Amino acid sequence: MFSRMAPRGRSGLGRSLAELGLLLLAILVLLDGTVLSLEAATSSEIDTHEGKPGTHKNTSKKSFPVLGIKYDDVSVPFEISLWVLLASLMKLGFHLIPRLSNVVPESCLLISVGLLVGGILKLARDEVPPVLSDRIFFLCLLPPIILDAGYFLPIRPFVENIGTILMFAVVGTLWNAFFVGGLIYAVCQIAQDKYSEIDLSNIGILPCLLFGSIISAVDPVAVLAVFEEIHINELLHILVFGESLLNDAVTVVLYHLFEEFMESGSVSAVDALLGLVSFLIVALGGVLVGAFYGILAAFTSRFTSHTRVIEPLFVFLYSYMAYLSAEVFHLSGIMSLIACGAVMRPYVEANISHKSHTTIKYFLKMWSSVSETLIFIFLGVATVEGEHHWNWVFLTSTVVLCLVARVIGVVGLTFIINKFRIVKLTTKDQFIIAYGGLRGAIAFSLGFILHSEHKRIFLTAIITVIFFTVFVQGMTIKPLVELLAVKKKHEAKRSINEEIHTRFLDHLLTGIEDICGHYGHHHWKNKLNRFNKKYVKKILIAGDRSKEPQLIAFYHKLEMKNAIQMVESGGGSKLNSTFPSTVSMQNIQPKIHSPPSARPSERALPQLTKGREEEIRQILRTNLQKTRQRLQSYNRHTLVVDPDEEGFDDLILKKRRMMELDWKLKQMTNYLTVPRPQGSPTMSRARMASDSQAYVKPGAENVPTIKIDLASPQSPDSVRLLDEVVQDQGLTMSLPSSSSRAYKTSGKDDGRDQQKLLRCLSDPGPDVDDDEDYDDDEPVPT
Amino acid sequence: MGALKSTPAPTEHYDLSEKTGFSLRQIRVLHKRFKQLSEGDDVLRREDFLGISSLKYNPIRKEIIEAFFNRRNFSPSCEGRANEIDFEEFLVVMSHFKPPCSKMTDEQRKSIRREKLKFIFNMHDSDGDGLITLEDYRHVVEELLSRSGALGKETSRAIADAAMFEVARTVGHRDPDEFYEGITFEHFLKVRSQSALCFKKEEKWLIRCLMCGKGSRHMFLK
Repeated sequence: MFSRMAPRGRSGLGRSLAELGLLLLAILVLLDGTVLSLEAATSSEIDTHEGKPGTHKNTSKKSFPVLGIKYDDVSVPFEISLWVLLASLMKLGFHLIPRLSNVVPESCLLISVGLLVGGILKLARDEVPPVLSDRIFFLCLLPPIILDAGYFLPIRPFVENIGTILMFAVVGTLWNAFFVGGLIYAVCQIAQDKYSEIDLSNIGILPCLLFGSIISAVDPVAVLAVFEEIHINELLHILVFGESLLNDAVTVVLYHLFEEFMESGSVSAVDALLGLVSFLIVALGGVLVGAFYGILAAFTSRFTSHTRVIEPLFVFLYSYMAYLSAEVFHLSGIMSLIACGAVMRPYVEANISHKSHTTIKYFLKMWSSVSETLIFIFLGVATVEGEHHWNWVFLTSTVVLCLVARVIGVVGLTFIINKFRIVKLTTKDQFIIAYGGLRGAIAFSLGFILHSEHKRIFLTAIITVIFFTVFVQGMTIKPLVELLAVKKKHEAKRSINEEIHTRFLDHLLTGIEDICGHYGHHHWKNKLNRFNKKYVKKILIAGDRSKEPQLIAFYHKLEMKNAIQMVESGGGSKLNSTFPSTVSMQNIQPKIHSPPSARPSERALPQLTKGREEEIRQILRTNLQKTRQRLQSYNRHTLVVDPDEEGFDDLILKKRRMMELDWKLKQMTNYLTVPRPQGSPTMSRARMASDSQAYVKPGAENVPTIKIDLASPQSPDSVRLLDEVVQDQGLTMSLPSSSSRAYKTSGKDDGRDQQKLLRCLSDPGPDVDDDEDYDDDEPVPT
Repeated sequence: MGALKSTPAPTEHYDLSEKTGFSLRQIRVLHKRFKQLSEGDDVLRREDFLGISSLKYNPIRKEIIEAFFNRRNFSPSCEGRANEIDFEEFLVVMSHFKPPCSKMTDEQRKSIRREKLKFIFNMHDSDGDGLITLEDYRHVVEELLSRSGALGKETSRAIADAAMFEVARTVGHRDPDEFYEGITFEHFLKVRSQSALCFKKEEKWLIRCLMCGKGSRHMFLK
């Protein structure tokens, strides 16, 4: 965020700040080191203390200790907080140095910091506390990242490409595991390094296969960390990312399988078959567990209308329970977490309040961000700690084999997959997919918990591969993407026309499929939607919010945003210009329509200058683009500042100013019109008033009142139309006919009483009663 | 139940294959379906379509059915509506949903795309005058939203107006006072070509059964 906002001229200041940050860091690390050594010291003190409890009392009475150090009571939380603080300060520091963060991906920087810290600690204390224990990793650090990914998973591209993703995840990982494992075994047998202390030929085939299975899995954490910064198009992103999520099942099964085999010593065909069955159980079981908890969460959220404060807690708890329950049964915890998040999201979002929604979003992003940072730092620290068995042959051959296996796997699979795909994967795509197969901390943790005599050498090799992929591949992927001119994310403005067109096409294709009599993919999708609407939504969503179709939700959101933009940009001087008529809704209507008297409640159509329209259009365009950008990116660390949220303070100020000026603003003739709001989540999300109150304004007689709900917190994905459920509503404008006089500008418009309101371009009128409502409001989320 | 008779294809099928680009197998499959829908007749009528049960839930079923009977879809020069269609016309309409074959020149692609968009345009334009007027568009939006129950006409009207306005904005460099009749096909092309979504959908716009040309058991489930 800082890097985006700081202009170039401030780089000098930035540098000094960065130095300050580094200084702070060094101090912190030293503090940490001394604290830890202090801990050792105090513990020894306590030992001596306890050694002679009785005698101590008999010695001379000490004076009352005014100041003392009692560290070990708080040692664990203290250290944890210290580490988290360190991690967060590091993140701050990186973003102060824009040049660095552009070249080097964050994950590399964090690992380097971890190395540094580990080095310092080792020097300070001669040993490094093992911080990356697998329990901490799997139980505390990994779930937030996966939940964040799963909750905000873009469902549509994911499901559309699910075949490809599964192929890569399952078949690709299997291929990688066997290829690497087998060939490493061959290398071990062949290579005889006289200078190394390790006899490679001792490593049996099974440990090699186990090693292969650990190292072959693409890591979601690393992929997320690197891919976020390169902004490739949605398809590639979802392919690699989806693969990294789904291959967890394969990894779990292979890992347990080979471990079992290693213990029992022999493999039979039955075992292989059981392995296959076990894979299905692990994968499907994980998904089912997740879906079950997801539905529970959705159902619970139906009843939370009176206790809004703990809504986010339910989301987090159910998801975590899903993860833990899956882990209990050795099912795939990651898949369960993803399934839980994805299943519960549409229903929960429909039920919960706007503030809870924001809370969930921010908490998830915060936790996952911190988790990721900690993981990388710990990785660096753990590298320093512990002995490494260097064997160049093993290490280099591992790295090479991993790369080769990945490339062959991707190319081969794509060849097969392209026969079934409509949108084929080009060579460039294949390259990115292959190159984006990064390994990360999951592999490390799995290696950590190995019980093998060759653990050390395996760990060293795993760390080498991780470092290689994260540093080399992570740093070079961005320039390569640019070099190859891979299609970047397309920033398309999503207009209401497109929305209509999409829906139309969907229905059209479903209809044609029905006529053909073929139960194709559209048919099933349609059936699922209908089932969803008819039964599931009724159960899981509170009240009668289950009926609004996506089109309307989309439209309302669009209007909200427009309205807010109008308020933001429209307060004040710009509107003093007169508005000769240009394009008006009326022009679009056939001229014979609507005689003046036939529509008494007709609202005034704004007459805009071309220039003003262009302005408004420009604002709309940029705003929608920004929103779209946010929509499609997984940008977890730098949540793009919501343009609407950012403008809130200004918004409030402007509104107040407008109220002061309102009687003078008779030239403001732009209005927003939409039917009356009636308390839906879409609208309530936009409310500034507290959630349980409806934002009702008494109709002012002389002023067109707009019930505009200003708090538009478009969460990136709520605009994305997972089924929002809202009743028919919107904002309302009731324009008493008398005031149409007030809005006539000099010039031509006098005769047009039948002007209809401009829908998309709008400006809420000045609002008389805002003051009182503001006092009641809770502070607007920023 | 699903077995296709292995009789040699009648000569018409060869001609049709030439004309529409379907393979013989696909034509045979579609012919079977045609016969089934028309209950043995040689022509299809509107009522036959209404008999398809799964079509009931489709909000735009009327438009879809009309599209089959719209003469403009048979060939560029025809006008008006038919009341019954024969197999050839059925095939012509279906051919709009054929997947593009991989070896096509750019121009061919373009013209095929144009045809597909013309098809959609005709579906929107219910009165057949070559323009999508505001009324037409409103009608379309209402239909789309008609399955959602309990909706005021106001909202769908609002949406249609907004959409129409947007098109007017994007397309027009017009005199401010000029009257905007409706969207012509050229405007429609222009607007659609600006949307990136269009391309993605274009590529997906095919029916898989037509792709593989196999008849499946499901073909005979109504």
